[in-house]
Amino acid sequence: MAVERLFKDEATEEKGERARMASFVGAMAIADLVKTTLGPKGMDKILQSTGRGHSVTVTNDGATILKSLHIDNPAAKVLIDISKVQDDEVGDGTTSVVVLAGELLREAEKLVGSKIHPMTIISGFRMAAECARKALLDRVKDNKDDAEKFRSDLMRIAKTTLSSKILSQDKEHFAKLAVDAVMRLKGSTNLESIQIIKKAGGSLKDSFLDEGFILDKKIGLGQPKRIENANILVANTAMDTDKVKIYGARVRVDSMAKVAQIEGAEKEKMREKVQKIIGHGINCFVNRQLIYNFPEELFADAGILAIEHADFDGIERLALVTGGEIASTFDNPESVKLGHCKLIEEIMIGEDKLIHFSGVEMGQACTIVLRGASFHVLDEAERSLHDALCVLSQTVNDSRVLLGGGWPEMVMAKAVDELARKTPGKKSHAIEAFSRALIAIPTTIADNAGLDSAELVAQLRAEHHKEDSNAGIDVITGAVGDMSVLGISEAFKVKQAVLLSATEAAEMILRVDEIITCAPRRREDRM
Amino acid sequence: MALAFDEYGRPFIILREQESKSRLRGIDAQKANISAGVAVSRILRTSLGPKGMDKMLQSPDGDITITNDGATILEQMDVDNQIGKLMVELSRSQDYEIGDGTTGVVVLAGALLEQAEKLLERGIHPIRVAEGFEISSKMAVDHLEKISHKFDFSATNIEPLVQTCMTTLSSKIVNRCKRSLAEIAVKGVMAVADLERKDVNLDLIKVEGKVGGKLEDTELVYGIIVDKDMSHPQMPKQIEDAKIAILTCPFEPPKPKTKHKVDIDTVEKFQTLRKQEQQYFDDMVQQCKDVGATLVICQWGFDDEANHLLMHRNLPAVRWVGGVELELIAIATGGRIVPRFQELTTEKLGKAGLVREKAFGTTKDRMLYIEHCANSKAVTIFIRGGNKMMIEETKRSIHDALCVARNLIRNNSIVYGGGAAEISCSIAVEAAADKYPGVEQYAIRAFADALDSVPMALAENSGLQPIETVSAVKAQQIKENNHCCGIDCNDTGTNDMREQNVFETLIGKQQQILLATQVVKMILKIDDVISPTEY
Repeated sequence: MAVERLFKDEATEEKGERARMASFVGAMAIADLVKTTLGPKGMDKILQSTGRGHSVTVTNDGATILKSLHIDNPAAKVLIDISKVQDDEVGDGTTSVVVLAGELLREAEKLVGSKIHPMTIISGFRMAAECARKALLDRVKDNKDDAEKFRSDLMRIAKTTLSSKILSQDKEHFAKLAVDAVMRLKGSTNLESIQIIKKAGGSLKDSFLDEGFILDKKIGLGQPKRIENANILVANTAMDTDKVKIYGARVRVDSMAKVAQIEGAEKEKMREKVQKIIGHGINCFVNRQLIYNFPEELFADAGILAIEHADFDGIERLALVTGGEIASTFDNPESVKLGHCKLIEEIMIGEDKLIHFSGVEMGQACTIVLRGASFHVLDEAERSLHDALCVLSQTVNDSRVLLGGGWPEMVMAKAVDELARKTPGKKSHAIEAFSRALIAIPTTIADNAGLDSAELVAQLRAEHHKEDSNAGIDVITGAVGDMSVLGISEAFKVKQAVLLSATEAAEMILRVDEIITCAPRRREDRM
Repeated sequence: MALAFDEYGRPFIILREQESKSRLRGIDAQKANISAGVAVSRILRTSLGPKGMDKMLQSPDGDITITNDGATILEQMDVDNQIGKLMVELSRSQDYEIGDGTTGVVVLAGALLEQAEKLLERGIHPIRVAEGFEISSKMAVDHLEKISHKFDFSATNIEPLVQTCMTTLSSKIVNRCKRSLAEIAVKGVMAVADLERKDVNLDLIKVEGKVGGKLEDTELVYGIIVDKDMSHPQMPKQIEDAKIAILTCPFEPPKPKTKHKVDIDTVEKFQTLRKQEQQYFDDMVQQCKDVGATLVICQWGFDDEANHLLMHRNLPAVRWVGGVELELIAIATGGRIVPRFQELTTEKLGKAGLVREKAFGTTKDRMLYIEHCANSKAVTIFIRGGNKMMIEETKRSIHDALCVARNLIRNNSIVYGGGAAEISCSIAVEAAADKYPGVEQYAIRAFADALDSVPMALAENSGLQPIETVSAVKAQQIKENNHCCGIDCNDTGTNDMREQNVFETLIGKQQQILLATQVVKMILKIDDVISPTEY
């Protein structure tokens, strides 16, 4: 007697082969989706949001594309998740990781079809991944001690990363921007202190790195537009109405006169506060919160530049660049550390007025001003630059560098192939499949560039048969070239993360033999 | 139709049986129940053992869980059937009680039900079947006791513990680095264990995960990790020899619980109130400073002014720390949780050798490490991994390993895994069956067959011929009188589990058999299922 219903209505269950099929198909669909964006000649995608306004994003950043997809297939969600983690962890390689995981699953599907147990495939994949990692470690270069060479490494990595993005036309320019910005961080990975300001207008070439700090704010009316040798107080305090914070306090009066008195007292309180602030001997005051007209007027009278409503990140960065501390109480002027800078002035970029702090003491933070024809271009440029900055800042900490252009994949594939030949048992099929999946990446790069991928990859393979080959795909000329001469480099950390996360994800999906989907939660208020 | 007649011969309905209720009775009810129970156990059957497969579960909100932990699978499944829910409960109680073997218990219960169905078909009364099962479960448990081994470990020799934890971990996705994870779990448990009382409070082990990095980066921190950062961006990121004030009162003006109002009716009052307010903030910070605290950890938020004052006085602070974490910090640092500023004294401060903030990845994520604590009785296991599902699954696996280690500390008896214990019990029960007079004999024999199903599932999942393998092992056990023979799941060439170092805890196994028997008994005793139909 069969059980009619074990699960709730609408809950579904897929078993064995069907479950495996469902997850393979889902994962491969996702991989194929982003596949065409891989490499320097990869294409972009247009994403239209379903929200109000149907805003449009044009991008070829894997993580951004996948993040905006509405996916119902559980295996596909796993791939999206690894792409997201890749983005958070190293910033670049978000497409490669998905493509590699997809290729691994494609190979695994064939093996499962030829009656090899998924667990055997997994153990083969694991051995292969470990071997590939070792192969990379053997060939890695580290120029940390040589500052000159290290810088050129960074430049190369930045150029390689940027070349697959919208900025590839001006990659020289932007690579320099990114490297300069990251070098200023002095090893910290806190990209918060690099501010990116986007202003439509001009061309991408007009983008520049500013050593100082630019705050997207206007200077209050009647206040000096230019201050030399500024002493800056950075504050986070209420400058609208300073409420009494004691709970339950309220004003109870019996006549109009008293109301006026209290109001006077309030004003007096604010005046005192302003006086105290002025007492710090400053000529510039930046507050995170609003500054009302009354205190603003007081500041203007004292000849102090007051900037209101700088957002929190702005405040933090400003404190960082000028070396001041963020103050909220003003009773001990002698012990509050003030920020300093040589010059504050109002500058114009395009149509907008911005406040520019130059000649700052601590050079850690900086601002990159992006110019471009449209908002879409600017958004994409920001994403690309962000990728480059992430990779660079990670490379500063882990300075191991590899060549690019499909070189690492070929090196790994070769080592894995050798392992396959040495391994007895069914596992060797899985190891071989792993190496095929690795080769799929240079194949895709070549395909996307409209080259004859079969021919090129075969040549590349032959080239790599020699010891210590530097051969990779030169997409520009469409031939096999020496990557170290062409100056195409990638960070070891990125490649390693791609390899490990892709294997982990493939393993995870392979282990599944049953998918149980709960009934979706009802949402009444939606369509 | 449940009808009765009153004294005037008028019928009245005891149980309405038309559209609103559906009802199953007698043997039909038992069979329906049994098939539901078997269906649930069949789902889990493929997850058993080191070569067991995972299940992918999609929650109502679309979140994905990938796991092969029996309790988790059943918990997340949308089971609607009543008997199905009983099986879910069964796995959950094994999880609460032992923490491991949640899949095995359901598989065993399913096998018992299958056997019971056959007996019912032969016309044996369900109660007799249940009794037979009860008797045989006692025999099996006693037999386990007999074949169990005591093994010795001490604070310095943790190798046996590590081996046992590795058995648990080898069935999970993390088996790639089971050695290091098992060591982490055992060291964690040993750090918090009370070896005198043979007890371990697992609450003292915090398992924290963060996506990114790789599984190999998972580490054991002798201290606490809090997913928070310093309240002011410019506070020092590293404090050595920290003296920690642990506060549950906010850095805010007092808020009495009773309703009150402070009336301001003159300018003077307004000014005094303002002064008092400033004074209040100053006092709070001063009190912390006076007792010599170098770090303030607070359960509540601070006002901007208080925040700056703290920073100004060079007193780093962390805000919005959760209650559980606060407690752990208090335990680890040997401090006391202080509910009022007035009660802050030097003795109540916690001590930690090093407090540092660590940044991860390219995003702004920061975490606070509190290490080298005065009292290392609280530890944190910090898991890294490629994606969210991986972290979650690792957390579950670590939890299982921790439970196993704890059980071993409580009771250091072990039995051999890989189905060896089940086969041995099956032989013993089978032999005892022949001596038993009465109908129960059949039930006892059926119980022995059901015990075989666990090694059978193990063999099946490992790609071996199930019947062939299990009968070979059984024969070997009898011939050599060696109860360590099990299923060689990993193709290592030997099926002596002693050599393979595959152990399981005695109480875990006993609990499995007892719980499974109990649930089966309960299901067998049901002879009427009344359920409201869908409306």
